[in-house]
Parts: sequence; structure tokens; C-alpha cells
Amino acid sequence: MPAVQETVDQVRRIDVDQYKYGFETIIESDKAPKGLNEDTVRFISEKKNEPAWMLEWRLEAFRRWLTMREPTWARVDYPKIDYQDYYYYSAPKKKPALNSLDEVDPEILRTYEKLGIPLREQEMLAGVVRPEGERRVAVDAVFDSVSVATTFQAELKKSGVIFMPISEALREHPDLVKKYIGSVVPVTDNFFATLNSAVFSDGSFVYVPPGVRCPMELSTYFRINEKDTGQFERTLIIADKGSYVSYLEGCTAPMRDEHQLHAAVVELVALEDAEIKYSTVQNWYPGDAEGKGGIFNFVTKRGDCREKNSKISWTQVETGSAITWKYPSCILRGDNSRGEFYSIAISNGRQQVDSGTKMIHLGKNTTSRIISKGIAAGKSQNTYRGLVSAHRKASNARNFTNCDSLLVGDKCGAHTVPYLEAKNSSAVFEHEATTSKISEDMLFYCRQRGLSAEEATALVVNGFVKDVLQQLPMEFAVEAQKLISISLEGSVG
Amino acid sequence: MSLLQIKNLHVEIDGKKILNGLDLTIEKGTVHAIMGPNGSGKSTLAYVLAGKADYEVTEGDVLLDGRSILDMAPDERAAKGLFLAFQYPVEIPGVATMTFLRTAVNAQRKKRGEGEYSTPDFLKKVREAAAKLEIDPDMLKRSVNVGFSGGEKKRAEILQMTMFEPRLAVLDETDSGLDIDALKVVSEGVNRLRSPERAFLVITHYQRLLDHIVPDVVHVMSRGRIVKTGGKELALELEARGYAQYAEAAE
Ligand SMILES: Nc1ncnc2c1ncn2[C@@H]1O[C@H](COP(=O)(O)OP(=O)(O)O)[C@@H](O)[C@H]1O
Ligand SMILES: [Mg+2]
Repeated sequence: MPAVQETVDQVRRIDVDQYKYGFETIIESDKAPKGLNEDTVRFISEKKNEPAWMLEWRLEAFRRWLTMREPTWARVDYPKIDYQDYYYYSAPKKKPALNSLDEVDPEILRTYEKLGIPLREQEMLAGVVRPEGERRVAVDAVFDSVSVATTFQAELKKSGVIFMPISEALREHPDLVKKYIGSVVPVTDNFFATLNSAVFSDGSFVYVPPGVRCPMELSTYFRINEKDTGQFERTLIIADKGSYVSYLEGCTAPMRDEHQLHAAVVELVALEDAEIKYSTVQNWYPGDAEGKGGIFNFVTKRGDCREKNSKISWTQVETGSAITWKYPSCILRGDNSRGEFYSIAISNGRQQVDSGTKMIHLGKNTTSRIISKGIAAGKSQNTYRGLVSAHRKASNARNFTNCDSLLVGDKCGAHTVPYLEAKNSSAVFEHEATTSKISEDMLFYCRQRGLSAEEATALVVNGFVKDVLQQLPMEFAVEAQKLISISLEGSVG
Repeated sequence: MSLLQIKNLHVEIDGKKILNGLDLTIEKGTVHAIMGPNGSGKSTLAYVLAGKADYEVTEGDVLLDGRSILDMAPDERAAKGLFLAFQYPVEIPGVATMTFLRTAVNAQRKKRGEGEYSTPDFLKKVREAAAKLEIDPDMLKRSVNVGFSGGEKKRAEILQMTMFEPRLAVLDETDSGLDIDALKVVSEGVNRLRSPERAFLVITHYQRLLDHIVPDVVHVMSRGRIVKTGGKELALELEARGYAQYAEAAE
């Protein structure tokens, strides 16, 4: 999400107790027929004008997917998904012109405005005076299955950074895409990733050339609008030698009684001395208090520290979705590489979260750090699942894990499932975990000072997650803080 | 009208009777002291006034400005101007003292329909108040009460009181854990706030605090009741003769 003041203000203004992004945009769309078969895959590939190899790649994934079973090991419980009951492609009918926002359907622009996502780069380029020091953020806005606008492309191009919808990258930079796509999350990786490989429709592509520090933060904003539509986005970020990029991702969806399906794949590749910082604020519609509706969020995110001294850092604030199944991971292949995972996962109502990370130490002197803060309220279930492993050759691997859970009320559950595997005797893994209930004394103290029960809970929870909030870009942290308060509404009293 | 009236207050916790028919009236502009042995129910009284859950009022009433507050939530009472300096201030990890103060002061002002302070105005006010209480500005960046020494916690409570500008401040053993210099600083902090519109209920175990915060009225509490009321000389008498004589009076 963007980091401009309007957004911050927008989020501040939000104070009613319901999902704030639940409105629907009425717009004509172009859809693939409902259901999933080889023709659906061909339809998508054709819509995107993809090269032939991409279609083959998708079809292979699809055939493989038919032989796979949906995983059941996560601590989540949901009705069986009928994969034939979804639309796998939906695009706003009026085709947006990619270099001019003026040609984007005004309804869509309004949607993003309502969400607080500024797509109006022209304004800034035209010299509208902005507060000093305000950071600019380039935004790629994905609406259902397609990218509707990507801002600041021209300026980014000057520094050599490629930031565009992946569908466009497939046409303009096919060799780069071909070289890296599926190289971190193989086509056959898991049920949801394989499904994504077959039917992914859009997402962002980023390439930062050697030695370049990306001049602004990059951001993709995902929105599912259409009914019964699955969103399968695919993001691929490559930081070439000695480069740096910070990328933010935000997500919302309208309120609907039916569950919507979201199965994304994100692949990050960091080459020698490169660093990627990837932040997410996930606020998909969580369903109502009784568990009706809400997004099923099955996401495969993985970063490959492919060469020495590279670094990948994941920061996530997860407040939405009915079901979250998500484990942003790092493969620490290069010697001296470093992986980080900072997570805040809040569940309320009937939400179920099973999230965590994997730190796979393969290279020498690799280090990783995991800070996870889980907050369960209402009747929700919140599980941290994390794997730390050191390969035989990963001498001096180091991991520090701190995993804290906070319970708000007594009808919710928090669980910690750590897996540790050290095949090298020099590996040192430290693991700390705590589970606590929000303290009545703390709440009373805050209330004596004038805070309502909800304000007090939000304040205590914000304190609890502070270590992770600090990892977010500053303006983003303000939004996240607000989101935390909002998502805890109705959890007390 | 009296600022605070406590009438025949009976309080139980887990079925155990702790306050047994306590009466107390406090007028604006006065300082009342309550003295009594450990376990006599002083903190219980403070908590019940502030609205802590778990305490069951079985009989009697508490009126602020003539209106019962027993059905009000703690934050509503706070917004009406009731402040409690805790005997054991609570730690809130990860929440900077400054943030806490600003959030709380503005929450109270909002409930009263007053405007929020602007950030610079607020910062200035807090820094000035902190300096007078000899509180290091760095302490304001630290999490609320986390890692504070006993004395620092008590000073921080007085700093909060200063910022809230309450109408009735209840100080529960604010003197415990303070050395003599800190006791002076804290007492001066309280004395600066004395005004015709504001009253204090100072709970203490020892007479020495009352050398610095000179009370108008002194009450002796024993076994959940006020057993004697007098002027400031009553505190001196207690110091000399101890509480034993009042134990019987409460029987
Ligand atoms: N939460 C509680 N549960 C049970 N008994 C309590 C509780 N709080 C206080 N008491 C009892 O109530 C009595 C009065 O306690 P308190 O009000 O703390 O006295 P004081 O502040 O005068 O020392 C004591 O006997 C104490 O043990
Ligand atoms: Mg006490």
C-alpha cells in the first residue's frame, strides 16, 4: 500500500465496526467460463498473448495439479472447495491503456481512491507541490485478474528498474521471466502453487539491475472484486548483484457471503550482495462474526538468497481472510546470506490462521531471525508453524526465533508448532516462545486513565507487536497500527 | 454539593467481606488522608472508587457530584475527573510512556467533548511537568513503567496525574519506596496541583508523607471502616501510639 498522507488520513477516518473495504465496484467484466479445465488455461494464456512456452508451462502445471491432493496438515477447518465453481479469469471490460491513467475506467480509479491508493502520479509529475520528505511509492494496481495501472514506470526506467505487470513482462522481457519463474517455487511445489502456475492471471514483475538501489518503494495493491472469482497472482522479484529494493503489498476484497479463493505465488531472488525487503499488509475480507463469507488465502511465498551475502526480509501484518495458509520462507543458499521473518498475525471472529516461515540454511555462515507475534481474539484459532533447518554443509548456521502469542478472551486458541532440523553440529538455533493472556490489570490501568475497553486492548496489543511494527516502513506502520485496532473491534466486552 | 460522598459502603471479593459500612465525604479544595494498618482495606477502597472489576458492592453507594458512579465504566469515571495513582503501577511493554499519556489524555478530552491537544503543545506540557518532577526526558520514551525503579514508577504516576488535571485524585501509598529526596519532589508535585476545585484522598501507612502534603482531614481505617476522624494532629498521634488501639474500635 502507499505511503502518502491521504492514505494515512483515510485509514484514520475509518472507525465504524465493520469491514471497511467491503464495497463492490459495479463494472462490466470479461470472464472466462466458470470452472477449470485445459481450455480455461488456454483461454487465460491467449488473453495475455503469452509466448508458446508459457502456455506449455501452464498446461504441464495443470496436468500435474490434477494428480495432486489438497494439503490437510494445517490447523484449519473449512468446507470442501469446489474448484469447478469459480471463475478463473475476470477483467474489467474496458481495456486500460498501460501508460496513461486517463484511460483507466473511472469507476476503478474511484475504487482505488476509496481504498486510499493513489494512482495519480501525473499530479506529482506535473509538479504539484508535496510535503517535503514525503516518500513516493510506485503502485501496480491489480483488479481481479489484471493489472489496471502501474505508476512511475517511466521514472523507474531511468534507473534501469523494471516494474510492470507480469503479463506485460512476459511479452517485453520473456528471457528474464523464463530464467527465473518457477526457479524458487517449482511448478510442482504444492497443490496451491501448482494451481497458481496453471491459472495465474497477473501480478507484478520487478527486476533491479546490478548495483542499483531502487529509488522508491514499489507497491502492488490487489483487489478481488468479482463474485465467485479466484485471484491467482504471481509476483516475481529479482534483485541483481549489489542491488536493493523494498516492496509493499496490500490486499482487500468486497464483503460477500460466498468464500472467495486466493492462491498466490511470490518468488524472490537475491543475487550476490543484494537485498530484498518485502512487506505485506493483508486485509482480505475475513467473513462475518459467524464465519460466513471471507477469503480463503492459500499463499506460497519464498525467497532465494541465491548468492553470497544476500539478504531477504519478510514482514507481514495479517489481519484479514477467513483462512490463512501462508509461510513466507527463505532459502539461504549463498554463503553469509541472511533471512528474516517478522510477522504479526491477528485473528478475530471465526478466522483461522496457520502461518509461519521456513528458514532453510544451505550455505556457510548463514543467519536467520524469526519474530512472530500472534494475537487471537473472539473465537479464532491462530497457529504459528515454523521450520528451521541446517543442511549438512551449512556450517555455523545461526537462527534466533522468538514466537509470542497473546490471547484476548477465552474462546480463542493460539498454537505454536516449531520444527527444528540441524544436520550440521555447528548450527546454533535459539528458540523462545511465550503464550499469555491479555492481562486484566493492564487493561484496568489503561481504563483508569480514560481508555475504553477496545482502546485499551488495541494499545496493549500494539505494544505487544511493536518489535515487528518497527520493521515496516514508517507510514506503512501507521496504517498497520490502525488496522490492528480495527481488526480487534468487537473482541472485548 | 460535596465532590465525593461514600455512603455505608460494603464490598466483598470472592465472598470475603472487605469494606464494612464505610462513610466518607470529601469537599472540593480539601486534602483527606486515610491511614490504617496493612490489610485494612485501603487499596480496596481505591480500586472500588476507580471501578475495578471483581469487587462486589453489596450495599451502599458512591456519589461524585451527587451522582452515583457505581454503574459507570472505569474510563467514564476517569473522564469525570477521577484519578488513581496506583500502589503498584502496571507495566505495559512496548507502549512508550509519552504515547500512552497522549493517547489517554486525548481519549479523556474526547469523552468530555473537549478538543485534542496538538502534538507540540502536548509535548511541551509533558516535558515541563517532567522537569519539575525531576524525571529524565529519556524515561518518557521508555515503555510504561517497564524497568522503572520503585521511585520512578511513583514519580511517573504523579506526572500522569499532572497531565490529567483530575478533580479527585486518589493516591494509594505513593510514598512507599521513595527516599526522602524523592518524597519531597513528589509531594511538591502534589502540592502544586492543590486548588479550590480539586480534592485529594491520600492513602498512606506512614505519617511522614503528611509532613509534606499537609491534610485538612485525617481518617483512621481499620477492618474496612473509618474508625476515627480528626485534623492533621491525628496523624502525629497515630505515629506516637500506633494502630493497635483502633483494632478494637472496629470490632
Ligand atoms: N483480589 C483479592 N482477593 C482476595 N482477597 C483480597 C484481594 N484483594 C485484597 N484482598 C484482601 O482484602 C484485605 C484488604 O486488602 P487491601 O485493600 O489491599 O488493604 P490495604 O491496602 O489496606 O493494605 C486483605 O485482607 C487482603 O488480603
Ligand atoms: Mg494497599
